[in-house]
Amino acid sequence: MLKVTWRNLVARKVRLALSGFAIVLGVAFVAGSFIFTDALGGAFDGIIRGTTADVEVAPRGSGDFTSFGEDARTIPASTVDRLANLPEAASADGVVQAQGVYVISSRGKLVGGNGPPGLAFNFTETTAITGDRILTLEEGALPKGTSQVALDASTADKAGYSIGDQVRLVTPGKNPTMTAELTGIVTFGSEGGLVGATLSIFDRQAMQELFFKSKDVYTGVSLSAADGVSQEQLADAADSVLPAAVDAQTGDKVAKDNEDAIGKALGFVNTFLLVFAAVAMVVGTFLIVNTFSILVAQRSRELALLRAMGASKKQVNRSVLTEAFAVGLVGSTIGIAVGYLLAIGLKALFATFGLDLGSASLPVQWRTVVVSYVVGLVVTMIAAYLPARRASRIAPVAAMRDDVALPESSLRRRLVVGVVLVVAGVGLMVAGFQAAGGTGLILIGSGMLAILVGVALMSPVIGRPVIHGLGAAYHVTFGTVGRLATENSLRNPRRTAATASALMIGLTLVALMSILGQSAKASTDKAIDGSLTAQLVVSNAIQTPFSTGIAERIRRVDGVQTVAEFRQAGPKVGGAAVFVGASDPKDLADALQLPLVSGLLGGLEDSSVIIDSSTAKAEGYSIGDTIAMKFPARTQQLTVAGFFPSGGIIPAQYLVTLDALASGGYAPRDSLLYITMDPGASESSVRAGIDDVLAGNPTVTLKNQQQYADEQKAQINQFLAIIYALLGLAVIIAVLGIVNTLALSVIERTREVGLLRAIGLSRRQLRRMVRLESVAIAVLGAVLGVVMGIAFGVALQRAIADQGVDVLSVPWAQLVAFVVFSALVGVLAAVLPARRAARLDVLDAIATE
Amino acid sequence: MNDVISPRTPSQAAPGVAARAIGVRKVYGEGDATVAALDGVSIDFLAGEFTAVMGPSGSGKSTLMHCMAALDNVSSGDVHLGAVELSRLNDKQLTALRRDKIGFVFQAYNLVPTLTARENIELPVSIAGRKPDQEWFDIVIDTVNLRDRLNHRPSELSGGQQQRVACARALVSRPEIVFADEPTGNLDSASGAEVLGFLRRSVDEYRQTIVMVTHDPVAAAYTDRVVFLADGKVVDELRRPTADAVLETMKVLSQRAVAGTAAGA
Repeated sequence: MLKVTWRNLVARKVRLALSGFAIVLGVAFVAGSFIFTDALGGAFDGIIRGTTADVEVAPRGSGDFTSFGEDARTIPASTVDRLANLPEAASADGVVQAQGVYVISSRGKLVGGNGPPGLAFNFTETTAITGDRILTLEEGALPKGTSQVALDASTADKAGYSIGDQVRLVTPGKNPTMTAELTGIVTFGSEGGLVGATLSIFDRQAMQELFFKSKDVYTGVSLSAADGVSQEQLADAADSVLPAAVDAQTGDKVAKDNEDAIGKALGFVNTFLLVFAAVAMVVGTFLIVNTFSILVAQRSRELALLRAMGASKKQVNRSVLTEAFAVGLVGSTIGIAVGYLLAIGLKALFATFGLDLGSASLPVQWRTVVVSYVVGLVVTMIAAYLPARRASRIAPVAAMRDDVALPESSLRRRLVVGVVLVVAGVGLMVAGFQAAGGTGLILIGSGMLAILVGVALMSPVIGRPVIHGLGAAYHVTFGTVGRLATENSLRNPRRTAATASALMIGLTLVALMSILGQSAKASTDKAIDGSLTAQLVVSNAIQTPFSTGIAERIRRVDGVQTVAEFRQAGPKVGGAAVFVGASDPKDLADALQLPLVSGLLGGLEDSSVIIDSSTAKAEGYSIGDTIAMKFPARTQQLTVAGFFPSGGIIPAQYLVTLDALASGGYAPRDSLLYITMDPGASESSVRAGIDDVLAGNPTVTLKNQQQYADEQKAQINQFLAIIYALLGLAVIIAVLGIVNTLALSVIERTREVGLLRAIGLSRRQLRRMVRLESVAIAVLGAVLGVVMGIAFGVALQRAIADQGVDVLSVPWAQLVAFVVFSALVGVLAAVLPARRAARLDVLDAIATE
Repeated sequence: MNDVISPRTPSQAAPGVAARAIGVRKVYGEGDATVAALDGVSIDFLAGEFTAVMGPSGSGKSTLMHCMAALDNVSSGDVHLGAVELSRLNDKQLTALRRDKIGFVFQAYNLVPTLTARENIELPVSIAGRKPDQEWFDIVIDTVNLRDRLNHRPSELSGGQQQRVACARALVSRPEIVFADEPTGNLDSASGAEVLGFLRRSVDEYRQTIVMVTHDPVAAAYTDRVVFLADGKVVDELRRPTADAVLETMKVLSQRAVAGTAAGA
């Protein structure tokens, strides 16, 4: 039997190559996701270990990666001295660190940003747990005073600065921008890589002067152990001299905690990519099922012969499955290799977004290999199982018959199973909308999958009207050729439907995303139109907050009435990080026309909080309740004073006062400024005044309402573009499926093609016939997909209406464009099969016995 | 498409000749492995005549038919169909020629399974983008006795009915010549007789030219003339054949072949 299997594999290599290609793409996506996120993780791990000393001393909880917002707490110089005097410590280096310090290149462009931090700290000679120095001066001299700076080599290179140049910097301190002379180039950590982060090094006094009002305070202390002292011993000794709110932790623990936190964050990136790998795999499954069904059908006489010669059902079954195994094995192997290339591509892509991995290697871990093979093999085997079972049911006597028909499951049964799946899927989705968080998403996702598979099963039946409708148009436009094409696509409804279903899945998701995106954009417009009374907005361009000095200076611009500062932070409520906004209630009331659901914006005090209504609903808050909010410095009891409408104009779940945030221990940094002008002031002159303030600082931009709305919508578009690109893979696999089905149909109908050619069908007409069949399949998939996408889109929009996407907007023109695009894809998919059909020798076709 | 057979095309065919082969050779393979399926065949098929081509397996009778019917090209020699010399035509013109001037009946797989009997019959006409001549269509349908079967698909028809549909298709476009390749090969004798009777009538009543390849002496007896092929050459010919006469000729031919083989050895 093995020999027979092998012969079949070789004989049908083109067919198998196509379904193998689906495996390759799916597995490549899986492998590429793992390899890339491993590389990211590896790069971060290297930095962490290369920059962590034997013992790290810091204010309690300041190293928590799960919350955001810059910790403003410090350690006094006396503590550093006490630590230095410990006999267990070889050295104690006080560190003064600030975030949000960015280098502006010699061409006026920002270096880094959009994720990777811009760090500034003082030079120390501390040794990391790796045994290497954390900072090494490569060339030049160490900076002295606030007018001198050292940069890391990569940043200096990207910015185009060399030693002696005047470097322009954006800082979150009192002065939003500054210049300093570049005196030296440093390397950071053992690897020298910074994953896109930028580094500005000052001396200690300069750091304290710039960011801590010249007070002799530190953000942390790095300790090196004396000979023969372990990390634990040093940490214990340090703890004995530290104040209560400051902790000493061993370097190993700090490194591990940080690595875990980063691993978790990268896990989301990986999951995000794997979701698309899963979509590709599901689509690929359709292609494989189809290919094996057709292969089995073509071979049914041969299989019957095997059965007649005494092969058992099991052996026939196993023969088909072995073939699938071989395809899966080869496909997975190539997939891993392609995945490596994909990871290189992802690395380059992320580098353009600023997450520069530099020369970091792309590790292929055993886990990656194992997961890739398991996914590839399991999917192939499952997909081949049904056709294999059908193959084993062929009666031996069929070998003697002229026409061998495979036993097919009845359409009625498929319809019943399909309906059951759709009903179950709807149930899952409804349950998912009720449930919260990750469980809800998983339920909604599985519900959608169940519905899609259910519809795919029913599609031979529900697709008929679509094909018939198209067939009527074909007949009118293309006459007999159109009629032949229509009949061909109806000839094997299961195959047509399965092929179309693969495209349906991709298009369902594309249509769904386009509806959600369009709704989100419409909702943004509505929120900004309806609530924003401030004429101008200053926002950060790089997802990093900026100096409060900017607001201060804008207030002095002629024609500016009020500037409402808006800050963001991520303290914890009930152990989970939440999204908190802070502003002055009076200023905010000027900037926003915000009718609270209940309570008053003016009622917001330092000890109270106003909550977004969907969060309040989910958490069951009512007015007068007390919420314990855990800030870095302390836990604050806040009274619920009101609810604001969700998702609109306030980018936060909770709103507190600026003082509440500051007293909680967050450094004052603005994320947004809402600017209201004096009545009668001219917008152009006010803008000119503000532009002067912002000049030379590319991290912030000034916009009017329309531009602000456009900026928000541009972000949605960018997100949609990424999603579309990732879904493109599923569409490519679906197109391969169409190519496959058409090619097989042509081969199966060799004789018929010969007959048609003999009685006078021209090559051009023949090609058109194949092309029209292809378009019919593609349009069927597109129509089903778009209809499903609309259904899902409307359902999801309703479900998230109270999270801000409260306007349903269906981009009809875009949806029609998707269908038209699919028809074009159909034309493209038909190119090779049509050429093949046209090249068939008429004589060969009619003479084959 | 119709300009393929324009009046100005120089004609080599004599009046009354529907198709003519002149010194046709068809060679397969190269070098030592060369096999001549047709080895210098010259023959005229007369208009309005029902001709059978017979011969043992490998005699070249099917190859001759394929070459005459613009399905295959010849290695040397000329084939004329009506006024047209086939070697002058490209694939597009050959296709149009087959569609407009030739009717086909094959042994099996004659019909497109997705189309109804009516659609199959109209296929050559509708491919050309024309409507069938309704009067002629009705005559053909009634002659083959298929009126109540027109909306059935091939799978719903018996083998004999399917072949009658194929015959109707071959005739409905009023071709200059119909080529039939073993049209009764897959049929029982009653169905075969029906089909042959119909072909005979279309020659007698409508002066249709038919060339039929067959190995069945009974089928050959329906024709006006039987041409015998052996080893790629025309070796004999019978006019107004009877089944017995055909059988006798074939016997003689096969004895001659055996004798030739013995002599050669």
